[in-house]
Amino acid sequence: MENYTLVVLTLAATIRVATPLVLAAIAGMFSERAGVIALGLEGMMLGAAFAAAAVSAVSGSAWLGLGAGMAASVALALLIGFATVTHRGNQVIAAMAINIMIAGLGPTLGLAWFGLGGQTPQLEGAGQRFTALAWPGVEAARAHPFPGLLYAELLSGQNLIVYLAALLVPLSAWVLYRTRFGLRLRAVGENPLAVDTAGISVTGLRYQALAICGALAGVAGTYLSTAASAGFSRDMTAGKGYLALAALIFGKWKPYPTLGACLLFAFTDAVAAQLQGRSLPFVGVVPVQFIIALPYVLTVLLLAGFVGKAVAPAAIGVPYSKEK
Amino acid sequence: MRPIPSVRALVALACLAAGARAADFLPAIVYDMGGKFDRSFNQSASDGAAKFAKDTGIAVRDFEITNAAQREQAMTQFARRGASVIVAIGFDQASAVEAVAKKFPNVKFAIVDGTVDLPNVQSINFREQESSFLCGMAAAMASKTGKVGFVGGMDVPLIRKFALGYVEGVHYVNPAAEVFENMTGTTPAAWNDPTKGAELAKSQFGRGADVVFHAAGGTGLGVMQAAADMGKLSIGCDSNQDYLHPGSVLTSAVKRVDTAVYQTFLGAKNGTWKPGKIYLGLAEDGVGFSLDEHNRKLITPEIEAKLDEARADIIAGKIKVSEYHAQ
Repeated sequence: MENYTLVVLTLAATIRVATPLVLAAIAGMFSERAGVIALGLEGMMLGAAFAAAAVSAVSGSAWLGLGAGMAASVALALLIGFATVTHRGNQVIAAMAINIMIAGLGPTLGLAWFGLGGQTPQLEGAGQRFTALAWPGVEAARAHPFPGLLYAELLSGQNLIVYLAALLVPLSAWVLYRTRFGLRLRAVGENPLAVDTAGISVTGLRYQALAICGALAGVAGTYLSTAASAGFSRDMTAGKGYLALAALIFGKWKPYPTLGACLLFAFTDAVAAQLQGRSLPFVGVVPVQFIIALPYVLTVLLLAGFVGKAVAPAAIGVPYSKEK
Repeated sequence: MRPIPSVRALVALACLAAGARAADFLPAIVYDMGGKFDRSFNQSASDGAAKFAKDTGIAVRDFEITNAAQREQAMTQFARRGASVIVAIGFDQASAVEAVAKKFPNVKFAIVDGTVDLPNVQSINFREQESSFLCGMAAAMASKTGKVGFVGGMDVPLIRKFALGYVEGVHYVNPAAEVFENMTGTTPAAWNDPTKGAELAKSQFGRGADVVFHAAGGTGLGVMQAAADMGKLSIGCDSNQDYLHPGSVLTSAVKRVDTAVYQTFLGAKNGTWKPGKIYLGLAEDGVGFSLDEHNRKLITPEIEAKLDEARADIIAGKIKVSEYHAQ
């Protein structure tokens, strides 16, 4: 019984940790499928986290925060587009420039506006954060742990953005594989010349893809500062943008496998939290250092042996030029 | 062309300038990762520096590092610009202090939470295990489930010291109590990851804990937020953090970094500063637990009486709190 509770709680933690990864990875999928490397996810998320927390702190509304987060992140994505699509700059460098710029700009603006050393004020007012939504009948469900606990801990008790992320995966799969826009988007990442020959604007499509990428990364960043925690602090993304990118590659640039990769990363993370300081059969207490490295060790092993070849979109990282 | 007098004049001017500088008292402080406003360890230091500046009217120069390489750079800059005393906050700065202090034997250095054996360095350490012990007792007395948690920042001996004292305090009250221990990470980034902190706290609450103590700097803000969100109790660290979530913060393991910084600056100014090792525990009022209007309702008179008794016993040596030693 206790083990069952533990499993359910680990799964609930998996969902919470996976949410920003799923949002960011799907954001990256739109960008990369259109041929623009999504290395800027980290900066977009961090920028959104800051904008969302700042606006929510001032206005008192998490929804305005979400809007500001998405707007900030879209602006950054379009900036990357301006450098790499319009001016055909190097995508890796443009994205890294954004990441580093935001890492400094967020705390600087925060310091200037709030005087709290680059943090935003704690969000504690009602409506300033996306808090957990309790579904009807949760207490009744707890009385019958099997399967009531699954309902109480997994389905209920998550915040709105989690449900949004869950809906996003089938939606993006549909957009990518079942709509004309999706077909063109994939084509522009594989063979932009063919798209251009067909009379469709490569530049326009890539900008659209980047805008979608920015909007979704903005939701991911907003989740970090207004749902998972209460306020912005320096470098709070802590590499989640890069992790999402790894999940995207791991998932071979496809929505469902990417979701699986995000869930796997989050699951190992949740398990790592549970394993710390526990005595395991045969091995005894495993050192913290090893447990913390576990998700990454697993990633390397899976990438090396079990996933098979991950083929990137053919035109990724290559600026498109008509003359060539 | 007779350059000699002008050179002499320059030298004289330089000497004059140096003399003028030496007469001024220039205190400086270098904060650790987590930043000056982490509402915890560094902020406590910053409070001390601010108090000194207010009381004496002498401005304190400060530096917030954002990566490890900046530590030595910042201290060297301060020393070169004629700082009289440089306080380094955090154990991670020990090697930088050692390197810079050797280069500038006339500048006074102080390190908080670390030990550097040089004739111009003061090493200030706290007996965190003693305040952690009291917080462990408070946690065990406030817990209804008999299960409590601990979330540490970076896995280093200092944080193990907090953890050990806490566990001993818990078991002093309730030998059967279960303590869950989690460390956030093994790099300095572990001081500033509130999302992970919240996740670790939630996993401990999920396993039945109802009081969680953090010693994790900025990460701890996430721990305390999770406790407030889930209607559980948390225990703050270093600064008095009771005000962050009134009614949900049981107490805080206060570490008077502010007093230490203030005293160091004042001592250096008045000429009473001495190099060597200083240990601040309950007896010296260097550590303690917080009690104010925000947690008055949580710390009942019985709990308070027991804590005060244990406090006296620790000072008298009747209760021995173990100190963590890395192998």
